[in-house]
Amino acid sequence: MELILSILVGVLFAAALYTMLRRSIVRLAIGLTLLSHAANLLIFTVSGVSRAGTPIVPEGREVPIIGSSDPVPQALILTAIVISFGVLAFLLVLVKRVYQTVGSDDSDDLTSTER
Amino acid sequence: MTVQLTAPIMLPFLAAALAMLAWRWVAVQRWLGAAGAIAQLVAGIVLLVTTRAQGVVATQVGDWPAPFGITLVADLLSATMVVITGLLGLAVVVFSFGGLDNRRESFGYYPLLLILLTGIAGAFLTGDLFNLFVWFEVMLIASFVLLTLGGERAQLEGALKYVTVNLVSSALFLSAVGIIYGLTGTLNMADLSERLSDLDEPVLETTVAMLLLVVFGIKAAIFPLFFWLPASYHTPPVVVSAIFAGLLTKVGVYALIRTFTLLFVDDVGFTHGILLAIAGLTMVVGAVGAVTQQDLRRTFSFLVISAVGYIVMGLGLFTGVAIGAALFYLFQDAIAKTALFLVCGLVRWVGGSFRLEQLGGLYRTHPLLAGLFLIPALSLAGIPPMSGFVAKIGLVDAGLAGGQYLVVGLALLASVITLLAVAVAWAEAFWKAAPEGASINLEEYRARSRGERMSMFVPVIALVAMVVGLGLGAQPVLELALDAGAQLMEPHAYLDAVLGADR
Repeated sequence: MELILSILVGVLFAAALYTMLRRSIVRLAIGLTLLSHAANLLIFTVSGVSRAGTPIVPEGREVPIIGSSDPVPQALILTAIVISFGVLAFLLVLVKRVYQTVGSDDSDDLTSTER
Repeated sequence: MTVQLTAPIMLPFLAAALAMLAWRWVAVQRWLGAAGAIAQLVAGIVLLVTTRAQGVVATQVGDWPAPFGITLVADLLSATMVVITGLLGLAVVVFSFGGLDNRRESFGYYPLLLILLTGIAGAFLTGDLFNLFVWFEVMLIASFVLLTLGGERAQLEGALKYVTVNLVSSALFLSAVGIIYGLTGTLNMADLSERLSDLDEPVLETTVAMLLLVVFGIKAAIFPLFFWLPASYHTPPVVVSAIFAGLLTKVGVYALIRTFTLLFVDDVGFTHGILLAIAGLTMVVGAVGAVTQQDLRRTFSFLVISAVGYIVMGLGLFTGVAIGAALFYLFQDAIAKTALFLVCGLVRWVGGSFRLEQLGGLYRTHPLLAGLFLIPALSLAGIPPMSGFVAKIGLVDAGLAGGQYLVVGLALLASVITLLAVAVAWAEAFWKAAPEGASINLEEYRARSRGERMSMFVPVIALVAMVVGLGLGAQPVLELALDAGAQLMEPHAYLDAVLGADR
């Protein structure tokens, strides 16, 4: 399972970078979305995939049962998903405004900052 | 300890929330902006006094003990950076009263600026790697909106580049955090420091170190990851450029200093050798880039990059004295850069343009402004008696003591080129005759009320006075920087404060 997920992470990173290197700024946004997915899946994979039980402390005990899965990576991913959702929503609006203002979705036309 | 550590984060955040509620009343937002920045400055000073008296202080948020909960921790470096954040925030807020158009002011400028200050203080005070990521994002989303506020074409284009590069950096940061957690099972930086030194995985450890070097290097704009900075920093109004130039890259530098003194110190020959090489290239490339620019703000954007090189040089030398000198450079450069960008705003206001070919002859009409420009500009080049001189002499001295003659040579070369760049800029804008057809725009100048002029000149004069003061009376701050450097080189106090002395 870890091997399959590792390959998937690599494919996602490669696809994200390839898409971002295209000149269309819409593809840039799609590439950045894929990139955040790749990072989240990487956290999930490197912290160990297991079929262990839920990390909920049973009543009457102080610590979780040995062998329950690690909740921290999931908490990290959840936080990262929420943040990337907000940032990507901003990015989509930005891409739309750039398209409206510049009149093109070609990143080669974004040259007014280079003087 | 809780209040001292949370106040610099919570007070500006509270002011931001109140300013959002006062959306329709810009005057109220202005005062809340000033109140938030003053509160952060005072809280920072209290924190600095506490750390000066008691050493490193830490608190566990929600009372979850380290390394399980999120730790807030302040050593001398963090506390001083928080003070500088509040100081520059206040200067920029006051300048904005007169120096920002009313339309931008009424679209949430003050709340956003306060959230930016919140995020920066959070990044300086957190003791947890993932929490650092979260504070970076808080800071970034506020900076994204500040950069685009106004929606001019150049702003939108600059913002797209800035946002893209920062999102790539965030994704890499997350990946690095994931790998570190997989390696060690902790994200608390003090705990990580101990576990990484016990870890027998040199290859993976160095991989993560390099990944974080790229991440923080993008934020700090080191060579060769700086291209986004001169493409975006000059596009928003100068008040926004000023706070970005003064603080945002410095947060990246801070993160580099923190990780490469606390976490990755097992293979110093390799990692810090790379840092030293990067430092030399960053200094020179930034300075050379500055010489060729026609837009004042782009000139200083390149000099922001060059300054990062000097600070990283101190980190790369990796002795207490070198890091102390680098920290002094960091403190004074934040002030000088903010001052310079605000001066650019004044030049634009009286001269009608940021572009050198359209400026000229301002010395005759505005000698005070010429002085305000020249002092921090010469400080960047390291001319005595300004603060940049003390900082550079400290770094050069530490470099010679470490036998790193090549990087010292590059530092001196970069200084000379910086002097050329600022001298050309000053001569073009102030000394040469005003170009044909350029009229010094006195109408716009006179259109501002006395109060608005005061709000623009007073913060600039105060910051420039600080640049001179830090040069002439360098001793107390230099001692503070050297103590902070010594504290970074001996992380026991940091570990004890976070994890408890009886671990």
